[in-house]
Amino acid sequence: MDFLEWARSPWGQNVPIHIAWFLIWVAVIAGLLFFIVHATYLRYFAKPKEFAISGSPLIAARIPEHVPRHSLTARLFHWIMAVSMFTLLFTAFLPRVGIQFDWVTYHWIAGSVLTVSILFHIVHASFFMDFWSIWPDRIDVRDAWRRILRFFGKPAAPPPDKFAKYPLENKLYHGAIIAAGLSAIVTGVFMMFRVRTIFFPRNPYLLSDMTWGLMYVLHGLAGVGLIALIMVHVYFGLRPEKRAITKSMIFGWMSRDFYLEEHDPRRWPVEIPASSPASGDAEPEGVRDAG
Amino acid sequence: MAVIRDVMPAFELFQPTSIADAQKLLQQQGHDAWVLAGGMDSFDWLKDRIKKPKVVVDLSGITELKGVRTAADGIEMGAMTTLTEIIQHPIIREKYKLLAESAELVASPQIRNQGTIGGNVSQDARCWYYRAGWPCYRAGGNICYADTPEGRNREHAILYADRCVAVNPSDTAPALIALDAKFVIRTSKGERVVDAEDYFIGPDIDITRLHILKPGDLLTAIRIPSTWAGAQFHFEKVRDRNVWDFPLLNVASVMMVSSGRIERIRIAVNGAAARPLRLKVVEDAVRGKPPNAATGEMAGKLAVQGAVPLQFNAYKIPLMRNLVKRAIGGVQEATWTS
Repeated sequence: MDFLEWARSPWGQNVPIHIAWFLIWVAVIAGLLFFIVHATYLRYFAKPKEFAISGSPLIAARIPEHVPRHSLTARLFHWIMAVSMFTLLFTAFLPRVGIQFDWVTYHWIAGSVLTVSILFHIVHASFFMDFWSIWPDRIDVRDAWRRILRFFGKPAAPPPDKFAKYPLENKLYHGAIIAAGLSAIVTGVFMMFRVRTIFFPRNPYLLSDMTWGLMYVLHGLAGVGLIALIMVHVYFGLRPEKRAITKSMIFGWMSRDFYLEEHDPRRWPVEIPASSPASGDAEPEGVRDAG
Repeated sequence: MAVIRDVMPAFELFQPTSIADAQKLLQQQGHDAWVLAGGMDSFDWLKDRIKKPKVVVDLSGITELKGVRTAADGIEMGAMTTLTEIIQHPIIREKYKLLAESAELVASPQIRNQGTIGGNVSQDARCWYYRAGWPCYRAGGNICYADTPEGRNREHAILYADRCVAVNPSDTAPALIALDAKFVIRTSKGERVVDAEDYFIGPDIDITRLHILKPGDLLTAIRIPSTWAGAQFHFEKVRDRNVWDFPLLNVASVMMVSSGRIERIRIAVNGAAARPLRLKVVEDAVRGKPPNAATGEMAGKLAVQGAVPLQFNAYKIPLMRNLVKRAIGGVQEATWTS
C-alpha cells in the first residue's frame, strides 16, 4: 500500500504526483471513529466537570445576561471561511469518489475567498482582537495535567481552573487548522499557476517536477487532514453541551449561566456595555467597563 | 522514456460471444479490463506499452453488436459495425449520407475495414504527450505538457480547455450529433440511452476520459432517428494529409430549408475541444435566415466566440469560422470578406 501516487517524468525521474486517494476514506473513517469514541466516552465514562472556585459573588452579580463573545466581524469571518472551506472540500473530493462535475473553477474561486478571508483574519486578530486568547498558556498546560491526573483517579490533584475565553481543546484545534489550512492555502496558491485563473499567467514550469509533486502531495495531505478536522468541528458544534458556544458564533453572545459555569472571569473578563446600570460601580477583577 | 515497440504486455484475453457475457466480464474486472473493438486505437496503446491492462475483453465475437438494422423510427447500428459497412450501407447512403461521408474520411480503407463505429466514437485523445506515456493530467498526473509556451500544441483545443488541451479526434462523432443520434449503453444498472452530444465529456467533468463510459459499461448500439433523413447535409474535414490523417477540425451539419429559409438545423464541430461541440448558439442564430454567405459569415463569427488559442494553434480560429460558414452558406459562397 503506497500513500503516494508516483509517476516517471519525461526526464526519467520518479516523482510523486499526488496522495493516494484512499486517504480520503482514511480521513472520513478517522473522523467517524472519533465521533464514536468521544460520544461513548462522554456517555459512559466521563466524570462531571470539576473546577476550582473562581471569582466572587460580586463578580457574578455584575455579569450581564448576554455575555458578548464574538463580534459581528469575527462571526462573518467564521461563516465566510466555513462556506469556502466546505466548497473547497466538496469540489476537491466529490470528483475523486465518482461524482463528476466542473469543479476546478469553483475550487480556485473558493480558495481565493478563503485566502483573502484568512489574510483579513490575521490582521483582525493581530490588531483588533485579543491575539493571545486563542494560544495555549501556562495555566492551560497546568490544568490539562490536573485533568489527566484526576481522570486517572488521583483526586488529590487540585481541580483545574475554569477556562479562559477558549478551552485548551479549542486552542489546539485552532493550531491544527492553522497548520492544515495554511499548508493547503500556500500550496494552493502555487497550484493556481497550473490552471487558467484571472490572477497569474499560467506557468507550469515555475518549479521542478519534484517540487511540484511535493506541492501536490502537501496540498492533498492538508486536504484530507481538513476533512477529519472539519468533521470533528461540526461534531462538536452539534453536541448539546457545546450548543451555547455554537449559538455564540451565530448570535455573538453566550448566556450568563454558561459563562459562569465554564469560564473564569479573571481569565476572560467580560466587557460590560456602558449603558448597563452596573457599569458605574467600582470595577472588580474580572469585569471590564466598556464605556 | 524507453519504450519497447510492437511487443504487447501480457494480458488475459477474453472473447465473449454475447453482450451479457461481455458485460459480466467487464463488471467483474472493473478497472483492470480493456475493451477491444476494432483495435485501431487499442493496439497503439498496447504495443507502445503505455497501457498495460490485466484483462482484454475482445468484442469481435459478439454478433449482436454487428450490423445495421432498420428500426421503427430510423436505424440502429451495432457498436461493432465496421466503418466500411456503414459507408456502404444503402439506407445510410440514401437517408443519412452525412454519416457515410464522415466515416469515409476516417483514416485509410484498411483501417475503415477493421475500425468500428463504437470504437471511432470512443477512441482516446491523440495528444502526443499523452500518447507517449508522459504523466499528464489525462494520464492521472498533474501537468499539461502541451499547454506551455514551448509545447507542441498545433492540433490542440481552442475551446473549453480545462488543464488538459487535448481534443476529441473522432470524425463520425459530429455527424452523429448533427443527426441527433442516441447511444445505447449497458451499465450495471441496466440499459441507458443518451443523446450523442451527452456521450462525450470534457476535462472539466473528467480529465481522464473523453466519454461517459465507466469501467463495466459497454456501448452496444447507436440509433439514428428518421427526423433528419434526407435533409441537406454538409460534412467537411481539414487534415494535414488528405489521404490519411486525424482531423485538425471537422464540421457536420444537417439542415431543413423551406421557402429559402433555414427551418431546422443542427451543427457540430470536432477537433476544437475535448468533446465534439454542438453549436446551439449558431443553430438559434441562423434559424429563419436564408442559408447564404451572409448568414454563414455571421454563424462563423458566432461559432468561435470565446476561443482561446494556444501558442501554435491560432489558425484553428479562422479555420473553424470558415468551416461553419461553409456549412451554412455553402462551399461555393465561402469567400471570406471581413
